[in-house]
Parts: sequence; C-alpha cells; structure tokens
Amino acid sequence: MDATITLIVNGTEKTVVTDPQRPLLDVLREDLHVTGPKYGCGEGRCGACTVLMDGKRTFSCSTPVSMANKKKITTIEGLAEGNSLHRLQQAFLDEGAIQCGYCTPGMILAAAALLNENPNPTDEQIVEWMDGNICRCNGYTKILKAIRRAAAQIAEVKIP
Amino acid sequence: MIKDTSIKEILQPEHFDSAEESSGQIKISRRTFMQLLSTGLLITVTEGVSFAQGRSGDGRGIAVAARVQINTDGTITVMTGKVEEGQGSRAELSQAAAEELRVNVDKIRLVMSDSDLTPDDGRTAGSRTTPSTVPAVRQGAATARELLTRLAGTQWNVEPGTLDVHDGTITHKTTGKKLTYADLAKSKDVAVLFKNSVSSDVDLTPVEKWETMGTSVPRPNIRDIVTGAHRYPSDIVRPNMLYGKILRPPSYGATLESIDLSKAEAMKDVVVVRDGQFVGFAAPTSFRATQAMEAVAGTASWKTAPHPSSKEIFAYLKEHARTGDRSRPRTKGSIDEALAKADKVLSETYNVAYIQHTPMEPRAAVAEWNDGKLTVWAGVDGPHQVKGDLVRTLSVESDRVRVIVPDMGSGFGGKHSGEAAEEAARLAKAAGRPVSVRWTRAEEFTWAYFRPAAVIECKGGLDDKGSLTAWDFTSINPGGSAIDTPYNIANTSILSAGSDSPMRQGAYRCLAATANNFARESFMDELAAAAGADPLAFRLAHLENERIRTVLEAAARHFDWPSRRKKVTPETGVGLACGTEKNSVVAACVEVGIDRKRGEIKVHHVCEAFECGPIQNPANLLSQVQGCIVMGLGGALREEMEFENGKILNASFARYLVPRFKDVPKIDVHLINKTDIPSAGGGETPIIAIAPAIGNAVFAATGIRLRAMPMQRALRADLTS
Repeated sequence: MDATITLIVNGTEKTVVTDPQRPLLDVLREDLHVTGPKYGCGEGRCGACTVLMDGKRTFSCSTPVSMANKKKITTIEGLAEGNSLHRLQQAFLDEGAIQCGYCTPGMILAAAALLNENPNPTDEQIVEWMDGNICRCNGYTKILKAIRRAAAQIAEVKIP
Repeated sequence: MIKDTSIKEILQPEHFDSAEESSGQIKISRRTFMQLLSTGLLITVTEGVSFAQGRSGDGRGIAVAARVQINTDGTITVMTGKVEEGQGSRAELSQAAAEELRVNVDKIRLVMSDSDLTPDDGRTAGSRTTPSTVPAVRQGAATARELLTRLAGTQWNVEPGTLDVHDGTITHKTTGKKLTYADLAKSKDVAVLFKNSVSSDVDLTPVEKWETMGTSVPRPNIRDIVTGAHRYPSDIVRPNMLYGKILRPPSYGATLESIDLSKAEAMKDVVVVRDGQFVGFAAPTSFRATQAMEAVAGTASWKTAPHPSSKEIFAYLKEHARTGDRSRPRTKGSIDEALAKADKVLSETYNVAYIQHTPMEPRAAVAEWNDGKLTVWAGVDGPHQVKGDLVRTLSVESDRVRVIVPDMGSGFGGKHSGEAAEEAARLAKAAGRPVSVRWTRAEEFTWAYFRPAAVIECKGGLDDKGSLTAWDFTSINPGGSAIDTPYNIANTSILSAGSDSPMRQGAYRCLAATANNFARESFMDELAAAAGADPLAFRLAHLENERIRTVLEAAARHFDWPSRRKKVTPETGVGLACGTEKNSVVAACVEVGIDRKRGEIKVHHVCEAFECGPIQNPANLLSQVQGCIVMGLGGALREEMEFENGKILNASFARYLVPRFKDVPKIDVHLINKTDIPSAGGGETPIIAIAPAIGNAVFAATGIRLRAMPMQRALRADLTS
C-alpha cells in the first residue's frame, strides 16, 4: 500500500506517494533524481549512501523512506552555499582526497556529522567515526588529512 | 584493422547551439554542451574525417582530427578511448595534450571513453595509459601544434622555424606578429589539415623541458565530485527510464529448467523478459522490479552442477594443473644438477585465495534503443571492447551500437566485461524504454569475475657459502606476470601453468604479480633464514638490477632497517620485500604488531619506495601508491572468497572484510623520479611487495611462516591452537 511521504531535501519540501518500505536512498535517487547519495552495499556497511537526517549521519540504503517522513535530509548537493563550497568539500579538494570519488559524498557527509557533534576531534576519534565508510581506492590517508584540515579551521560547523 | 567510421567529424561547440541530439530530440545549448563534454554525453552529428586506425586498440594511425579539435573559444577538445575510474587518467592525459600543444591545462577539454567519439586506445588496463596512450595523445597534440604552426607560417609566408609557440599563441620571432589557435580555428584550412594522420616521428617535449607534465595537476572534474554534480554510470537517468533486475541462478553452473512468470507478468507496470537462461524484470522503481522477481523466483526449477569448495580449492587447482608433460618450463643452467649439488635444499608451496575487486560502484548500465540504434552508458574498462561484445551477443550492426563510459566508481581490473550493459540492452529492447541495471553488492561479489587463486611450488638450493644456486618455481593458475626472478641465480626453472579454474577469473590490479611476488619474496626470506643471512643483505647479494637495488636500499634506509631488525620481539616484527612488474620497481619495509592472545596481525608501519620512470603527476602517483599499499593489506590479511556447493558464503561487506580506516598503518612513500627512461604506469606494481613484507615480518616476530594469502586466519589458528 503506497503512502504519502514528505521529505525536506536540501531545504526544499518534496512529496512522494510510494511504498513506505522502499529505502530512502532509492526514493532520493529514482524519484527525486538526487544522485549524490550512492549505492554501495545496501546494508549500511560502507557509508556510500550517507545522508544527514535532521543533522544526524544516516545510511539511506537501509532506512525505509517512511522513517524519513517530515525529516530534513541533507545530501552532498545541499552542502555548498551557492558557489561557496562547504569547508569539508574544499578540504577534500585541497588535499586531493579523491580518486574515483564514488565514496566522497558519503565521506564528506559522515565527516560533517562528526564535526557537527565534535568540532575538534582527535585522530583516534576521526578514525573511529569514519570506520563505517569504505573507500576502495584506499585514499584513507588523504581523506584523514582533509578532515583534519577542515576540523582545524573551525570551532563549529553549521549544517544547513 | 578496425573498420570504424562512426566518428565523422568532431563538431566545434558553436555548432551545437542548434544541434539536435539524435537520440532524444533534445536541443543542446552551447552551455549544456560544454557541461556535457566532461561527462562524455556529447553526440556528434556531421561528416568529414575518416577514423580508420592502423592497429586495434593502440590509438595510433588516426587522423589528427580524431584526437584533437581546436575550438574558436580558445579551448581544445582532445579525445581518448581511455576511462577515468579514479586512477587519474583524466588529469594525466589532459597534461599530456597541454604539454605538446603549449597551452595551460585548463584549456583542454578531454572527451573520454565514447565509442562514437573517441579513438580506440585499448582497454584501461595493464598500466598501459602511461606508456601507450600518453605518447599517442602527445603525438596527436604535437602533430596538431606543428600543423597549426605551419599554417601560420603559410599565412605570413615565413618559415615555420621562425615561429615560436607559447600559451596557444604562435608568434613570428622577428616581426612579433601573433596568431592564436582560436584565430586559426576559424580558418577552413584547419579542418583540411587535421585530416592528416598523427605523425609517429614528431618531436615530443623532453622531460627536462616539461612544464605541465610532471606537475600535480588535480583531476579536472574534481569540483563535480565534491558537489555531487558528476554523474557516474549508476547515476545516469534517461526520460521514461525503468529499472531492471535479473534472476540469478542459485549456484554456479545451475541451469534454469522451468519457471512460472505469470505472477510477475500480472503486476502493473512490470516488463518481464525470458530468453533462454535470461530472465529479467523492468519496472518504474528497482524496488518494484525486485518485488516482481521475488514473486516468481520460488517457481523456478534449477538443475544444479557440482562445484568444488574454497576449502579444497588448492588441491583442485593442483590436480587440474597443466604441468608435467603438458607444459614446458623456461630454464637456465641445469636445475636438477644444481639441486643435487646444493648444500641445503628448501621446498615449499604457497597458496593465494580468490578475491574480489569490490569497486565501490558495482556494475551499472543504462541502455536506450532509438530506431534500432543502441546507446549504452556503462561502467566498463573499455567502451570499444564492450561495444564489440554487444555487437556479437545482441547481433546488432557495429554502427548501431554506441558505448559511453562516464567517469566511473573504480574498477581495479574488475570491469573488463559488460554484463550489466547487455542485461540493460535486452530489457530496454523488450520494454521499448531506457532501462538502468545496477548490480547489488551481493551480485558483484558473486557474478563478477575474481582475481585468480594460485598454488605456487618453490624449490631452492643454497651452496655451502649460503649463495642461491638453484631456483625452481611453478606457478599454477594465476598467470605469468612477474614470474621471472630478478635475482641472479645460475640455475633456474620457471613455469606458469594453467589450470581449470572453477571460478570465473580475470584481471585485477597487477594480477598474477601479487601471487608470484608473494611466493618468491616469502621464499627468498626462507632461504635467507636457512643461509643465516639478513633478509636485506641476502637479497642485495643476489641482485644486479640497479633499479630494484635503488628502491630496496631507499626503503631500507628510510625505514632504518638495520636497527629496527635488531629490535624485533615476539610481539613486534619487521619484514621487507621487493619486486618489479610493468617496467616499474618497488620495495617495502613493514613493521607488524602481533597480538598473541587473539592471534591478530596489526600492520603498524609501511615504508615503500617506488620508481616508474619520470613522474607525470606526483600527487596522483602518491595517491595510487598509498591506495595500492592499503589495498594490498586486504589481500594479505583478510580478503578471501569462501564458497561451497557453488554458493558464495561471504558476499557482503559484513563478511568479506576490506581495509577500513582502522586498518591504515603509518605510511611513508618515497617516490623516485628517474628521468632517463620512459614513464611507466604506477597504479599497480606498488601492491606487490605488501603481502610478502607482512608475512616476513610475522615470521621475524613469531617464527611462524605463513604460506597462504590471506594470512590473518592462519596465524590465529596457529597461535590459539
């Protein structure tokens, strides 16, 4: 039985009528064509699908869309403000912390959620937090540097 | 000789203002066109330049216009059949073109991997982009520069030798007259001139004069990656598109005898296709397509086939090996005599498990048919090669198939085959609408091909002075890369023997070199121990290859090998390994910690030295080497396909453990820029020294020799038994 679901995606309200059991990831990608969140494993084990739901790190592949009803969903497309990149986006760019880049949206959003909760994390805290996100090009070294760089620049990161 | 006349002419952007996309009746504005350029979504329309090639897949013998197009806005469109999958080819090839055209790299618009638009530069594989495609692009760009210079000379009636080219501007040295490439692009003469073939003996810029090559140019579309604007193959959306799912057999070798599709066929908006063993479903959402598949999967009757398990795989491969009378080793001296005369003889067997590439983006493709012409956007390593596959399997004319590869989510050698492309094409044909097929992680773990498993038998003989006099090396199943020993040994016998792999196997980052180097460098360590020698000194005593010596000595020096070797304890070991493949050389020193209670190996530190000739992009090469080191940890310690009765038992990231942040050791990379030889690729060889260096370090700490990759489980069994 289809349900009416309202999502606030990157600040814009979207209404979909769909099977409430569908993953949030599928609805974002297939219905709303918001393709920044990626499919990586379908079981919340790789972080490629990471979005922020009301500011909290969320694996959209294993979140039924019904759970996201009336929630604020931030994807990678919603991080920059106009032409001005979010400091994590800029840090990934500056450090060249990107190879194929498929994991990058999830990495950046996971890191944004971390810095939102803990603006000044230790290396151990970054590694512990980011361990849920896989990069198969294995760019972890540069990703870690990028997160450190962004963290060093701020006292507080505001998530739109 | 490839008969491919699909590229007629590469249009200049201006012409696209009124152009209609042949497939979708979509007007493309110039702005859109420029955006599409970087994603490979551009479509050509007019006629002109022949696109015949001298030899398949090397990108040579083509017209200049098939490689380079000068635009009137000062940009330059450059075309290559290579794919960007995270290894940095987009930056590297843009640099190559910019260098020879004498323009800033931001003027280059690189169109990649489109079978209608780009030359066949061969698959993106085997580290061939650097030694093969970079020179091909440089020749194309240098020929274009020479033709443009000659054209300016003709217009001014002066000798080309009196002209200077800088920053896309041709200057007459004596009069100071100037013409830009953009000025010349307005001339009809350019189109005529660019019908000339790319010259293979045009002068290329020597390394010492490189301005753009050799610098850390970032990936040109990096901003689209961090903003989410880039569309990967799995992100492509076409109007009216459906999502497809394919019914997979329950086990390897199982064949479908019957199935009742009626429940799926009765579902609203669902398209069901059965064609022999192919059963697929397309629906407006992938969730719906999966529901349709699940509605009928239980009605399928399968005939299963026997399949060996991963527990018995090494015995199976050995039993089916084409050794003995069935193949002949490459020999030097007399191995039998040398072994008979040796003071000490060691004989050991090494095993390597099947592993999966697990690219972050599983196989994905969108297929669209228009008037009998098929266009496919797919995540594959070779657009022309997969086009050829589609022409054969779908029985379509060659000029009716186009394959486009948007920059994709990694591959590591795992995406040579275009399964999703074919599946999407079949479903799209039946549905009469575009269809997207995106494999699940479990499908990728099960139905993509694997890196081959290996059984490697080594025999070595030492004389009474501890010198290695005999080397007998038989490598079963992985292939022959890096099989030759770089060490100076008088009597050798080396054999790469095939077997009947029960698993579908294929390319992988550095393929067999990892297995062969693991066995060789582990066995060298065993021989060093038997000779009572330091592993570094033992290798150097048998090593004449100056390039390997250089990286080995560099890694050892930066790691401080002698003093750290003295500090080895039962909980902390150090090990080293070196090797060569694809004309590059590598050495690694590692320190491991051993948790003896839990039987765990923790890699603390990797110090690796690598040399692949003149470095074309230092930052990108560093990323590739760091990536190889961490990927190498996976195969060394934990990655292993487990299977039984034709089923994969660990087809998920929960049970197949790839390296994560917590696994990353301290990594030191030392890149050696050797400028007196041609550049070789750098994205593969840095992986081959990791596993043996770890195994050797574990031995140093524990005295336990781990002779199978992955090593973690075996050590745990040993220490906790």
